Amino acid sequence: MAKRMAIISTHGSLDAAYPPLILATAAVAMDMEVAIFFTFYGLEIIKKGNADKLQVSPIANPAMPQPIPGISVPNIIGMLPGMTAVATGMMNGWMKKANVAKLSELLEIAVESGVRIIACQMSMDVMGIKKEELIDGVEVAGAAAFIEFAADDAIALTF
Amino acid sequence: MSFNFDQELDCSGLACPMPILKTKKAVDSLQLGQVLKMIATDPGSLPDIQAWTSKTGHELVGHEEDAGKFTFFIKRTK
Repeated sequence: MAKRMAIISTHGSLDAAYPPLILATAAVAMDMEVAIFFTFYGLEIIKKGNADKLQVSPIANPAMPQPIPGISVPNIIGMLPGMTAVATGMMNGWMKKANVAKLSELLEIAVESGVRIIACQMSMDVMGIKKEELIDGVEVAGAAAFIEFAADDAIALTF
Repeated sequence: MSFNFDQELDCSGLACPMPILKTKKAVDSLQLGQVLKMIATDPGSLPDIQAWTSKTGHELVGHEEDAGKFTFFIKRTK
């Protein structure tokens, strides 16, 4: 049975940030060794104080429930100014109603419980992100460091 | 159905994965052989706790469901 979980997180939107953090914290609670490799926009999740500010876009997101049940809002409405904030507010509202933990809380538990948080060096260089901008406990490394971890019988997941 | 227990943890209202994360922390704080009573309202908590005990090796001594409230008794075995 696999003892490790190796996760790649490449998206910095609210909806994309939950699965890697939920699976990482659950896996570490099940005594697995876990590493998350945050690359490109995934780095937004681990910028200091940023986890709870992530947004979700209604554009090209037809799976998003309609704001008013039974009334179909054309997807193109999503391009209007302010619609990203509206969609983000809606999603945060659903999560709060269902009593889902905040992203900052899951991230904190992940770090506390020993999930390796690996920030992609190359993405940081490309996007001009400095290590000081990222949360404490981050390792800055390259693809090989992640692969070395993942190669040892890991379940590997990409988000 | 009831069991003797040494610690109680109320996860009512919490959604996945919090009941598992809190259970893990609570079981780690027990002595070997001690039992945690955990209460949850998340409908996924039964399969999740069963999977968690199966993977970690701790023992699910018993569980019950009453009107959407799940109660688990988990013994620390290692």
